[in-house]
Parts: sequence; C-alpha cells; structure tokens
Amino acid sequence: MTLLVEWIKAALLEVQEYFIMVGKTARAAVTRPFYVRDIVEQFEIIGIGSLTVVLLTGMFTGMVLALQSGFTLDQFGARSMVGRLVSASMVKELGPVLTALMVAGRVGSGIAAELGSMMVTDQIAALRALGTDPIRKLVLPRILAGLVMVPLLTCVSVAVGLVGGWITTETQLKVASGVYWNSVVMGLYMQDVWMGLIKPFFLGFAIVSIGCHVGLRTSGGTQGVGRATTNAVVASSVAVLVVNFLVTKLLIVLMY
Amino acid sequence: MAVQREARSALLDEALGPGGPIVVFDKVSLAFDEKTILNEISFTLKTGHTKIFLGASGAGKSTILRLILGLLKPDAGMIFVNGDRIDDMTEDQMMHVRGDLGMVFQEGALFDSLTVRENVGYKLFEESKVPFADANHRVEEVLGFVGLAEFIDRQPSELSGGQRRRVAIARAMAAKPRILLYDEPTTGLDPITAITIDEEIMKLRDLEGVSSIVVTHQLRDAFYVAEHSAVQDGDRIRFDRATPDKADEAEFIMLRDGRIAFEGNATELREVAARDRYIDAFLS
Ligand SMILES: Nc1ncnc2c1ncn2[C@@H]1O[C@H](COP(=O)(O)OP(=O)(O)O)[C@@H](O)[C@H]1O
Ligand SMILES: [Mg+2]
Repeated sequence: MTLLVEWIKAALLEVQEYFIMVGKTARAAVTRPFYVRDIVEQFEIIGIGSLTVVLLTGMFTGMVLALQSGFTLDQFGARSMVGRLVSASMVKELGPVLTALMVAGRVGSGIAAELGSMMVTDQIAALRALGTDPIRKLVLPRILAGLVMVPLLTCVSVAVGLVGGWITTETQLKVASGVYWNSVVMGLYMQDVWMGLIKPFFLGFAIVSIGCHVGLRTSGGTQGVGRATTNAVVASSVAVLVVNFLVTKLLIVLMY
Repeated sequence: MAVQREARSALLDEALGPGGPIVVFDKVSLAFDEKTILNEISFTLKTGHTKIFLGASGAGKSTILRLILGLLKPDAGMIFVNGDRIDDMTEDQMMHVRGDLGMVFQEGALFDSLTVRENVGYKLFEESKVPFADANHRVEEVLGFVGLAEFIDRQPSELSGGQRRRVAIARAMAAKPRILLYDEPTTGLDPITAITIDEEIMKLRDLEGVSSIVVTHQLRDAFYVAEHSAVQDGDRIRFDRATPDKADEAEFIMLRDGRIAFEGNATELREVAARDRYIDAFLS
C-alpha cells in the first residue's frame, strides 16, 4: 500500500515537473533570447534525419493496406474501392500514428540520450553557469522542430503510403490506376484531411517534450542515461497512442 | 559582456573592493531527501583571496560551489556574491550574478558537440555582444594562457584529461570573471600535470587578481597553491614561496558531517593535524 502511495507521489511529481518545463518553454518561445542556429539545426536533425524511416514505413504501410483491404473487398466484389480504404486509413490514423511512433523511437530516444548524457556529465550545469538557459538553448529548438517537422513528415508518409497502395493495387490486385486514384479522392472528406493535419502537431509536441523532460531528469551516470533512453521511448510511444485517442475524440466532437 | 549591472554607490563598491567580502555564506543549510549535507555553514571569501575546501567524498564540497552559482538553492541561510544576496534570486536574476563567476567542473564538463574554440569562447560567442573578431582573439589569448594554443580546433574527445581540465579553466576565465570556482581540478591527474593546473590557478589569482575557491582532496596541490605565488618576471612567470602575509590570503576549510571541522591557514592546518586524528588521517 505504501509502495503504491509512493509510486503515485512520484508519478504526480513527474507530471508536475513536466508541466513546469512546458510552461517555461512556452515563456521561452515568446521572450528573447532565441538561439536561431540551434533551432535551424534541430529542424534539420529531426526533419531530414527521420525522412528515410518515415518513407519506408509509409510506403510499406500503404502497400500492405492495399493488399489486405483488396482481399476483404473481394468478398463483396468491391475491389475497385480499394483506394478509398487506403486513403481513409492512411490520412486519418496510420499516417499520423505510425509516423509519430517512428519519430518517437528515433528522435525521442535520441533527445533523451543526448540531454541525459549532458546532464550526467554536468554540461547542463555548465550551460547554466555560463549564463545560458537550457530550456531556451536545448528544449525550445527541439520542440519547435517537433511541432513543424512531425506534421510535414506525416504528409510525406501519407503521400508515399498512397503511392505504395497504388503500386500494390496495380501490380497485385490488377486494378487500373485511374480507378485507384479516383477512389482515393472519393474516400477523402475534408474533415479527414483536417484530422490528419491537426493530429501530428499534438503528437510531435508530445514526443519531443517527453524526450526533453526525461533527458533533463536523468541522474545516475551512464546507467541513468540508458534508463532515460528506454523510458523516453516507452513514455513517448504510449503518449502518442493516448494523445492520438484524445485528440481524435476531441476533433470528432468538434468537426463531425 | 551580456551582463549589465545596476549602478552602485561608490561606498559599496569600495567596501566590496580588495580585501572586502566577495562570497559570504551565513548559516547555510541544505538537506537532500532528509539527509543533511550542509549544517549551518558560514564563511567569507575576501576579494583576491583563496579558499580551499577539503573533505571526504560526499562531504558537500561540490554542493557549496553549486550553491554559489545558484544551481542549487539552500534550505536555510543566506548567500551573498559580489554584494548581492543570491539565495532567493530567480534563475533570470542569477544569470546576471553568474557573469562574474567562472566554474571549472569536476570532470571539465566541456560541451562535447563543440570544438575547443567554441567551448572556450562559448560565453563570448553566445551570450555577449562582443564582436566576433574580439571574442576570437580572447579565445586565442586564454588558450595561450593555459598553454593549449595549438589545440584550438580539436574536439574535446581528442584531448587528454589534463588538457580537458585546462580547456575548462580557459572557458571559465574567458569572460574575465572576478571569482573562479574549481571543483577538484587535479583529481585523477598525474603529479606533473596536476602542478601545471595548480600553476594556472596561481597565475589567475596572483596576476589577474581573481578570487578563487578551490575544492580538492589532493593535499599536495592544496598546500602548493596556498604557499606559493606567481610572479611575473619579464616574459616568464616564476612560482615563488609566498610571503607569510600572502600565504595568509589562502585559507583552508575542512568539511566533516555537514559542519566546518577546521578553518585556518596552511601553517595552522599542519599544527592541527598533529593533534587531530581525523585531519591527520586526511592529510597523510
Ligand atoms: N541532486 C542531488 N540529489 C540528491 N543527493 C545529492 C544531490 N547532489 C549531491 N547529493 C548528495 O550530497 C552529498 C554531497 O555531494 P557533493 O557535494 O557532490 O560531495 P563532494 O564533497 O564529494 O563534492 C553526497 O552524499 C551526494 O550523494
Ligand atoms: Mg564533488
């Protein structure tokens, strides 16, 4: 029982610290100084760095979606509708969520490892001693990059997913290109597109802010860095799914 | 420099001048998770003087330096740096105070994503309006001061332990702070390299008038720094035995169980060691 109480206390403290960090970041976003070079650098690291993995996941997800839904639709003799299913699933759910999960694995862990090792080697303390606020120098650039790059990566992922679906549809299911793309467009409602565009902002923010928080709370030497990296991936992946559910629910209430 | 200071009265400036208090601890206490690390610690560092903190591992030596930098806040007591009370300052206010503080961290804490040049010039390049050429010139100057001019474009990972410490000293001194804090600057170094570090500390103290706090448990280095002084001799710098007056400007503080177990100059420390078994054990 006391163990449970202790655990809850620790968890609440963690959440409180997280929101304090988010608050400080919000303040840093609207007051000077800005570390423009670090911001540009993070855009590149987080955006360009994640491109390959996002391209691959998007492509294969689109391909397998077409394959699976093709066989399902065959049972109803509706193979020509395959584009609809691919586009609806890619745009609304799989594009944003899978992109976010891949970014969580790649970027969330990287941030936690980098900030964590800076923490245990006193580099963060050295920054503060030299007059730099680590929130402005390290956290804000990463969060901005997450906010901008995860939506862009999601768009890329959806696009290659649709192309992947087209390739499978054309080669495996023998559906004509025109039919596929027509069906893709038919399957898309404006609300779905908005849903697909809005969600990645929240997911990107969650991934990067959790990575930063976990990294900056690291203690206990190199072992601590290892733990922080694992924790960041686990926490940000779970957060992606939870936030995705909550934002989806919210958007359904607001838009549909 | 990025640091702007409010104008003070001439009277206060004089009081804080040579021989005046520059770092003051008044009954400072701090506990981590109910474990008392510092218990009503009081001491005063005078401008241009040196304090040498001794104590077993975990005695709270690094904690004292972190308190001075405002990286930690005490549970109770007051801390003054340069005439400002800092224990209740916000992080933003602390940034101004830190303009006059340089810290050499225990393992150097160099930024491993930056070159030696960028490390040493960090504060000038990133946090000041000093023109790039001037900042760069200063970086070359301080690297020359610590004898590492040719390493300017290396990565920290390409340096030896002693070189890393010296780069850390160069980084701490680049923006010309009036107070330098050294956290075990010679721990883990061979005796020859350790002496070069000790001599950097003395050069900054005796030639640049920097007030210093040195944390160490290398007794030989502590006594060497306390009992010698750097003298400019034409182009060269000599390290002579300090006059008794000069030696008095270096004071030892030994921490034990959260309290100050000894405070005094080098001669007194040797005398006490003859009587106190703990201090003797520490010294030998
Ligand atoms: N952030 C912290 N949280 C909890 N305990 C700490 C923290 N920092 C230091 N300590 C503890 O405080 C004690 C003093 O640490 P420190 O000042 O680093 O000692 P040292 O004299 O070796 O430099 C140690 O027992 C250390 O475990
Ligand atoms: Mg220490």
